[in-house]
Amino acid sequence: MADSTVVLRPPLIDGNKTFAQVTSDVCSGMEGKPTPLWWASFLTAFSFLLLGGSAIGYLVATGIGTWGANRTIGWAFDITNFVFWIGIGHAGTLISAVLYLLRQRWRTSVNRAAEAMTLFAVMCAGLFPVIHLGRPWMAYWIFPYPNTRGPLWVNFRSPLVWDAFAISTYFTISLVFWYVGLIPDLATVRDRAKEGLRKKLSGIFSLGWNGSTRTWSRYEVVYLLLAGLATPLVLSVHTIVSWDFATSVIPGWHTTIFPPYFVAGAIFSGLAMVLTLMLVARKTMRLEQYITIRHVEVMCKLIIATSGMVGLAYATEFVTALYSGNPYEQFAFLNRAFGPWGWSYGIMVSCNVIIPQLLWSKRIRTNIAIVFVISIFVNIGMWFERFVIIVTSLHRDYLPSSWADYRPTPIEIAILAGTFGLFFSCFLLFCRFLPVIAMAEVKGVLNEGREPAHGHGHAEAAGKRAGLPERVSAMEGVRG
Amino acid sequence: MNEQSSKLYGVMAEFATPEELLEAAEKTRAAGFANLNAYTPYPVEGLSEALGLKRTWVPQITLLGGILGGCAGFGLQYWTSVIAYPLNIGGRPLNSWPAFIPVTFETTVLGAATFAVFGMLALNKLPQPYHPVFNVARFAAHASSDRFFLCIEAGKASFDGAGARKFLEGLKPASVAEVLDE
Repeated sequence: MADSTVVLRPPLIDGNKTFAQVTSDVCSGMEGKPTPLWWASFLTAFSFLLLGGSAIGYLVATGIGTWGANRTIGWAFDITNFVFWIGIGHAGTLISAVLYLLRQRWRTSVNRAAEAMTLFAVMCAGLFPVIHLGRPWMAYWIFPYPNTRGPLWVNFRSPLVWDAFAISTYFTISLVFWYVGLIPDLATVRDRAKEGLRKKLSGIFSLGWNGSTRTWSRYEVVYLLLAGLATPLVLSVHTIVSWDFATSVIPGWHTTIFPPYFVAGAIFSGLAMVLTLMLVARKTMRLEQYITIRHVEVMCKLIIATSGMVGLAYATEFVTALYSGNPYEQFAFLNRAFGPWGWSYGIMVSCNVIIPQLLWSKRIRTNIAIVFVISIFVNIGMWFERFVIIVTSLHRDYLPSSWADYRPTPIEIAILAGTFGLFFSCFLLFCRFLPVIAMAEVKGVLNEGREPAHGHGHAEAAGKRAGLPERVSAMEGVRG
Repeated sequence: MNEQSSKLYGVMAEFATPEELLEAAEKTRAAGFANLNAYTPYPVEGLSEALGLKRTWVPQITLLGGILGGCAGFGLQYWTSVIAYPLNIGGRPLNSWPAFIPVTFETTVLGAATFAVFGMLALNKLPQPYHPVFNVARFAAHASSDRFFLCIEAGKASFDGAGARKFLEGLKPASVAEVLDE
């Protein structure tokens, strides 16, 4: 074939790695002793977790009165945090499932960590509705099961029940997806480990995986199917979360724009969190050659896109409210932007719509420090988005006599800090004990952007099978 | 594995690159060897075609799981809302099916994914505490990391181990080894 037609893409993985190098780069992080930096981060995160744990203990022992929520503002910090965390999780699914379906092969360096992030974020999210019950030990009443109370069944017409189904399904699927992805890598860990606990545990959890082609072909089909199932699932989860609000009659909540608006916001916030974690992980675990500047740039572009969607949603709901002719609706939005909580609306718009516009510049996108700061701003802004939606819509009720104000108590702040502690403790343990980079997937994209040294035979064979023109088959060939 | 007390499970050749393995697999299959299997650290494109493997049943199992999950989810809601505990809310129909769609969707996805994963594990006979290929030292050390293996499995007692070994050696592999079963 004419060599001049071989089209090379920029490499996905820097440093001309061999297969064995990928294995040892990823595994060596788990095999040595943890660094002092790891210990410092873990102990900090763990102390926040303990703080939050004690605050929850106090809350459960004393009651919901320890929160600043009141009759008018029945949902405040807790549901803000719930929606915030569940949104964070969605980017993990976007990266692992949606980008897989779209054949975005750069995702292989970050998907494992992003999926882990999903799991931990959903764990944090699930905590809030449960502790808000006041009697969290009765949380299982939300699930339909034959009981001695009638039997009394749950109300399947309530979005809160849908939510319980959506979140628990989402957690299960995310866990399964993550675990299935881990099996081949756990086999690698098993084969490298000397006798001991790591060998035993990785042996049990890798299920005796031997990488036979029959196994791989079924595995790949399952992976594709799970990605196809997780994609509509992630849309449904945040849609249902938004219905918790949209099916009410509160001005500012009762709008049809909520499902797409919430989904876009969730992915936006989650991408920012993935970026934050990615930048920390590549630095502290020396993964710069796997999580390259190209990955950072692509994530930044996704953030610009979702920021635009979120900005459009802010504008749309505002214009719709003003144009509606409904005085309650108009008041809710004017109050949101210019009322007593106007400053939080300002934070939301500047962090989510204005600051991300800086990423249009390539110089800023490739400056790790600035990107890191911007990702933190987006995290803050998206927390405030949920706070604005929840608290400003509630605090001015239809009856001025029930207007109220809200101030979070130290207990609520401690619980929020505690979920960050839980999230980062889990994430650091994950970085320590499991392969943070999907080795098997990275090996599959290792040849992308390299001269196809051995690739011609393969490429021609692949082309013949698929009946593709030679030029295309050469492109496919270099991807291995 | 073998009912006949033959101790030879197969003959295995090691290759350094996926391209060499693909080429070897095609040649071996063309030479008329049946019962081929390859072992790779990541899924190599075109390998299952080169080995002539059949399509998997996983998609059908997944579809079945989805249908069962969806029916179970909708059935539960219908039964509790219409039969077991009918509540008249503002005269609306008891079988208010549009409100049942979200939960039906979730149980459909849950059923499909559960069947897909457990179906895959069952078809792959996982978990599998023992497999003879791990008796080859090079395999146990490299198969999940950086080497590509092609195995001609013995299958029947009439398997010509020496002939298979000679053929594989002709493909210029990095190493060739007999796979012994306990």
